[in-house]
Amino acid sequence: MKRGMSRRRFMTSVGAGVTTAAAVAAAPRVARGSPVAEAGRRVDLVLQVNGSRRRIAVEPRTTLIEAIRDGLGLTGTKPGCERGECGACTVLIDGRPRYACMMLALEAEGAEVTTVEGLMRGEALGAVQQAFVEHDAFQCGYCTSGQVMAVEGLLRQHADPSLEQIRQGLAGNLCRCGAYAHIFAAAKKAATLKGTGR
Amino acid sequence: MKGARKAHATRATAVVGHPVRRKDGLDKVTGAARYIDDLVLPGLLYGTTIRSTISRGEIASVHLDFDTTGFTIVSARDIPGKNVVSLIEADQPSLADGRVEHVGEAILLLAHADKERLLDVRVSIDYRPAAPVVEPELSPTTFKEITIAKGDLGRGFAEADLVVEGEYRTGHQEHLYIETNGVLAVPGDGGITVHGSLQCPYYVHRALCELLSLPERKVRVIQTETGGGFGGKEDYPSVLAGHAALLALKSGRPVKMVYDRAEDMLATTKRHPAIVRHRTGVTRDGHLTAIDIEVLLDGGAYVTLSPVVLSRGLLHATGPYRCDHVRVHGRVVKTNTPPNGAFRGFGAPQTQFAAEVHMDRIGEQLGLDPIQVRERNALRPGDTMATGQRIEANGGALRVLREAARRTRFRQRRRALRGTDRGLGVALFFHGAGFTGSGEVKLRSKATLELTRRGVRVGVTATEIGQGARTVLAQIVATALGIPYEHVEMPPADTSLAPDSGPTVASRTTMIVGRLLELAARDLKRRLRGRTPAESWRAHGPISVTKEYTPPPGLTWDEEQYVGDAYGTWAWACDVAEVELDRDTGIVRPLRITSVADIGRVIHPVMARGQMEGGTAQAVGYALTEEVVMRDGRMANAQLTNYLIPTTADTPEIDVVFVERPYRNGAFGAKGVGELPMDGGAPAIVNALRSLGADVRAVPATPERVLDALSKG
Repeated sequence: MKRGMSRRRFMTSVGAGVTTAAAVAAAPRVARGSPVAEAGRRVDLVLQVNGSRRRIAVEPRTTLIEAIRDGLGLTGTKPGCERGECGACTVLIDGRPRYACMMLALEAEGAEVTTVEGLMRGEALGAVQQAFVEHDAFQCGYCTSGQVMAVEGLLRQHADPSLEQIRQGLAGNLCRCGAYAHIFAAAKKAATLKGTGR
Repeated sequence: MKGARKAHATRATAVVGHPVRRKDGLDKVTGAARYIDDLVLPGLLYGTTIRSTISRGEIASVHLDFDTTGFTIVSARDIPGKNVVSLIEADQPSLADGRVEHVGEAILLLAHADKERLLDVRVSIDYRPAAPVVEPELSPTTFKEITIAKGDLGRGFAEADLVVEGEYRTGHQEHLYIETNGVLAVPGDGGITVHGSLQCPYYVHRALCELLSLPERKVRVIQTETGGGFGGKEDYPSVLAGHAALLALKSGRPVKMVYDRAEDMLATTKRHPAIVRHRTGVTRDGHLTAIDIEVLLDGGAYVTLSPVVLSRGLLHATGPYRCDHVRVHGRVVKTNTPPNGAFRGFGAPQTQFAAEVHMDRIGEQLGLDPIQVRERNALRPGDTMATGQRIEANGGALRVLREAARRTRFRQRRRALRGTDRGLGVALFFHGAGFTGSGEVKLRSKATLELTRRGVRVGVTATEIGQGARTVLAQIVATALGIPYEHVEMPPADTSLAPDSGPTVASRTTMIVGRLLELAARDLKRRLRGRTPAESWRAHGPISVTKEYTPPPGLTWDEEQYVGDAYGTWAWACDVAEVELDRDTGIVRPLRITSVADIGRVIHPVMARGQMEGGTAQAVGYALTEEVVMRDGRMANAQLTNYLIPTTADTPEIDVVFVERPYRNGAFGAKGVGELPMDGGAPAIVNALRSLGADVRAVPATPERVLDALSKG
């Protein structure tokens, strides 16, 4: 039986290199202070976000989540760790879920970026959003945008996912409130909602 | 007309007990909900904290080795009021003044308009280090000591056929709310307004008044949408709000401080580690004759909430069992590690882990199965607890135990699993709802209802932190007043608009604040004299009703002797966990947890189940994977790749069953639910490991611990 990635297996797979690097980065601020490369130099960038072309100026090192939140003011995408560990910032890049904190804004040029704001159809909720409301698939709501996007991405690949596929598809999105069972139910429901063309 | 109104009232009355849509649902699924880091203001500065890198010592000198142009810099000397984080004791400074007591202690604050500039600051600090205390057993400093005694321990042990002893340990636990701590402080009018991700607006309010030497009316605290708390935003926001306010007052500009993940894990509070020793007298047929328990909690460097954590821990230490001769003694001591604070369960998960693993061991020694030994001793109506509190007629632990055993076919299933790598374990537990002892009397919580043009507006500082407070309180008001749920307005918690309804902690919001609102709504309904809110508004304009907490008649508590009604009521629950063990790697996979709970009347069945599931998931992490590695007083694994909270793949199926026995003094019969599930998951899982031959006495039961236990078995 194929299962999602458990925390232990994840650790086994990333190995010790990551641990060491991260332990350095986690030192208190006193220890920090590496010179910032290319600070201040900005380049123009056109991002295709939620169906519209948006021109912004970013530094080459600006991450996609910074560009989305600070540059475009789309604050529905949430930072939770800014190092690819929690999934709160999940967006779709050409329909596939990606962590927006692990991608440079420049890398997203030419791709179709979809954020939680882009799932609305005018005033109406998208199918996944509707299903999340119906199944109470969240508590504090902070990881919710990321969960919604992960489900949206999953359903674009698997129109009718099994429970195991859902579990696997969402294994990279942490929810500390523990709403997983409700999220699974919402994912199933969203598949139905999409299937009936809503 | 009259008929129509009646129908309308009937529809509204159906709200309590039904899964209405969350008040905050739409904003959360659309990304419109505004959390602290989503707020920006003109002229905004970003703040950061320079922290101690050593765990104990004196600060010899501080050097700023960077261009300070454009920076606002705050040290202890800039504090206008008292340099304390006001909570129980005044021992914790807002900013270190000459000495530090733990790694991560705040020394200096910096703010700048450009976030990036903050990453470039170089501050070097020279210390004269002192030897830190990191082992609680070696600590010379006791923050608080409590003894609970009942009967005559000597007599109890004399009546015993057998004495069972054991030591049990639990580690730190990190809250790991997905939204880190953050606040935004805005100066103006000679005062300060703080917006923040927090549980207790009036705690922050009081702390700011002391720190800044400002009168109450010059300080305003507003809760923003909060991305999880679990106790981690009970005491800590008072520290952070103080820092942002100091920077804001000095610079005259709004200052935002949001911790990054590593900083949040390194510097903020955790669950208290515990060492619990049991010595229990028992008769051959399994009746407890004497219980003697010794508890040691690691408080960290400052007192914070430790005395009350100890109190709750001790009051839950016996587990839900009857015994005539009891002594529970405990201390919480100082170590040079970041201060420990509130975390869902508040001392009770630690002591009940010990009690429940110990109970399995008692059963094993007597040849009784886990259900039998618990059935013999479970508290029943009319029994008294260690403090002398009498169990109410519809209370006690027996009902949930029997229901859990029946639903899981416990004995049958355990027999079926014999010889396999799957184990089944049980934990019976309870959780006191509301503040301990006379706590609620001292809080004197208030709640207000104001008539609006179409319904009512609720004035409370109970905060929505995902648990559903906004929704449940609105359900209670709608039902008591007989108006549609949609017509109940729930504004954000704001100290300038709402009275102090107490902190959002201790599983007290639905039961206590909800009850105040229920009473206020009934009062308002009488004053409407059959009119709808709209009709009344047109005829008479605004009406407002405020209710203040008064203790239910008959409750008594002696703080000195620890005798009386420790809590207004108790919630009861029983968990059964099935796990799979890999004997080669020591990895444990929880497969299914059944949780049978009596939380009184259930106001919102879906969200209540969500509380049970979520708390149980956190207990799974506590049981198996969540290990804080403290190295020389510093968390060595402050990241999510090696501090492991459960993912979708680690969280078992959780089957929740409610046994509804209404509590007469709770809102519509409700008790608290939030913390209860945190108490049972870890012992149920560890007891399942026992059934597989792994004698584990500490959590988290990491593969190393499990393999170690197996090799000794």
